[in-house]
Amino acid sequence: MRDADIHWQKTRRLTFILLLFWIFVTFVLTWFSRSINAVVILGFPLGFYMAAQGALVIYLLIIWWYNRQMKKLDAEYGVEDE
Amino acid sequence: MFASLTRLQRYYLYYTGAFLAFIGALAVLEQHGMPPRWIGYAFLFFTITMYALIGIVCRTSDVSEYYVAGRRVPAFFNGMATGADWMSAASFIGLAGTLYLSGFQGLAYVIGWTGGFVLVALLLAPYLRRFGQYTIPDFLGARYGGNAIRLVAVAAAILASFVYVVAQIYGVGVITSRFVSLQFEIGVFVGLAGILVCSFLGGMRAVTWTQVAQYLILIVAYITPVAILSYNQTGNPVPQLVYGQVLQQVTALEDKLFQNPAELEVRQLFHERADLYAQKIMQLPQSLNFERENLSKQINQLKASDAQMKDIVALERQYRDLPHDPDQARLRWESAMFSAVERSKPPIHHGEAFPGETVEEQDIMRLNFLALIFCLTIGTAALPHVLTRYYTTPTVREARESVFWSLLFILLLYITAPAYAVFAKYEVLTHLAEIPITKLPGWVAAWAKIGLVSIEDINVDGILQLAELSLNPDVIVLATPEIAGMPYVVSGLVAAGGLAAALSTADGLLLTITTSLSHDVYYRIFRPDASTHFRLVISKSLLLVVAILAATVAAQKPGTILSMVSWAFSIAGSAFFPALVLGIFWEKATRAGALAGMVIGILLSIYYIIRVEFDSIPMLGISGFGMEPWFHIQSTSSGVFGVIGGFITIILVSLVTKPDPRAGSFLKTIRFRNGAES
Repeated sequence: MRDADIHWQKTRRLTFILLLFWIFVTFVLTWFSRSINAVVILGFPLGFYMAAQGALVIYLLIIWWYNRQMKKLDAEYGVEDE
Repeated sequence: MFASLTRLQRYYLYYTGAFLAFIGALAVLEQHGMPPRWIGYAFLFFTITMYALIGIVCRTSDVSEYYVAGRRVPAFFNGMATGADWMSAASFIGLAGTLYLSGFQGLAYVIGWTGGFVLVALLLAPYLRRFGQYTIPDFLGARYGGNAIRLVAVAAAILASFVYVVAQIYGVGVITSRFVSLQFEIGVFVGLAGILVCSFLGGMRAVTWTQVAQYLILIVAYITPVAILSYNQTGNPVPQLVYGQVLQQVTALEDKLFQNPAELEVRQLFHERADLYAQKIMQLPQSLNFERENLSKQINQLKASDAQMKDIVALERQYRDLPHDPDQARLRWESAMFSAVERSKPPIHHGEAFPGETVEEQDIMRLNFLALIFCLTIGTAALPHVLTRYYTTPTVREARESVFWSLLFILLLYITAPAYAVFAKYEVLTHLAEIPITKLPGWVAAWAKIGLVSIEDINVDGILQLAELSLNPDVIVLATPEIAGMPYVVSGLVAAGGLAAALSTADGLLLTITTSLSHDVYYRIFRPDASTHFRLVISKSLLLVVAILAATVAAQKPGTILSMVSWAFSIAGSAFFPALVLGIFWEKATRAGALAGMVIGILLSIYYIIRVEFDSIPMLGISGFGMEPWFHIQSTSSGVFGVIGGFITIILVSLVTKPDPRAGSFLKTIRFRNGAES
């Protein structure tokens, strides 16, 4: 397989996995907000905390991880960064 | 450490220093008796002069500079500029109030407006940057080919952006009229001037660097008051960390207050009032005649007896203010009934997720919460003024990194907004609820004067019950400095921050609209041979025309403008997101598919909004087309249907049409590029 195809395949896999994780945090976890509100952290009900802060920090981490992996991948396959 | 900073970073450090020194100087002057009004003027003058200076320094007559800032914006600063571009007057002023009023339910905005950036980072930004043209219609045109798709994209971009820009200018009018007591219409045109000084001469380049300056002001202005409030209430100046404990206290107070007999009584009284209005509306037009006769009888009786003149005058005014005809009566009484119904409802706990009396109601709340998140995230990832920002970085890698910085800078505000709401609620529950009305804190009366706070002692006990208080959402951010007893200079700072938020967003939107018209329509479709000089002349003139048009609309004070903004997300999401994402990730998406998907997405969204939200359009003389919402989804989330409909249409139509052979080579260039293969 050509480099371009392998690179694309790996990019796509990374994107897909992170997207699934994003969907889990954004929609699945939120769906259960009512039940997880029974847990209290830092004084917050967990469901409230996730929607107000937790999810936001996880989003930041997702993007950070994506950038890190893509940087590696680009270096490995010699992608030009015009 | 200072030496390791880049030249730009040093400039903005000086700028921030100058701004803080300016605030300090004003604080000192206030101590020596400078009147609040002058403080307001000083903030207005100082910030707009700053923006104008940056705008003039960055003037340009180069197309690439004008449209994409020469693609020389480092990731860090592009992140900041995107932050200011993204956070509008609604985020700055309205969000905390929405969170105050709806508690957990309001968090859909916090999640939606931040979560969308993950989609931007993973699905769009790097590919748009590698493509490296000027606009979103450019990208769609290159991927699918043809002018039709470009035109549809331009129409959708303008539809979504224009309403949005009107709302920003409206916000400027509101802020200037409240803090510097300019007349609303004059405030609107001050705002217009503030917008034009940034964008007219320097286009994207000037807008970018003013947006960075505006971000710094808006974030300082947003965090300062709540940090002080937090320090006053909890002894910890980091509100984001400690408001969990305050939330617990709020919940305890709510438990106690909600069951208070006086509260129950007040809600019952509002309930009865709502019933009364409902009856009167049912019995129109007799009820109106009856009311009229009744009042005139009372007036005559009073006149016959030797009653006080002022009582008679009061009754006569009531008589004059009666609705003129049954239609007007219906409108007025309906709104009175709805507001009474609102107040008669049992209040909800701030932290409770998906509140509802029955399991079914809770499920509807949950479904709407998720639907709203869906629309806001997809809309965030599809609004053209945000996406074009990622064309301005030097490299693809920096485009990816700048999404990270964007989200970080945006997060600072969104993570603070819920804290605002909780602190304000704590204040209301401890210092307002069940307090004699004559002993309320001073800020209540001050804001009641301009109608943002209203109090009605319906059970005439001289004590404020929660249901008797109604707050306009804007008041939470605007009044926090006074609630915490801070000097006026902090209020001025908040006004400057709100102004920065509104102006920066308006700039980005305005540029998107004019670029769509001048670059995509005029240059790409009508006059591909136009000289670069002439293209810029066209751009600048259009900018002026669109800006004046938007300001004129805003000066009419359109009442529905704020709800229309939330529809912009649904419309942009349904128009762009499916076509962009499938265009990048699916080779077989065809021109016919994309075109059909975009059109159907937009139409479906608009159709749903119109039929759920309205029952008649008097201007066109049609009525009676209102419908029950599908799956109980509110019209603000119409994008759920538009986006899904768009995806399905593109896939189905693409499967039955022949793919364009050129799509493959196009996709290769945006997915992968190295010296050997391209």
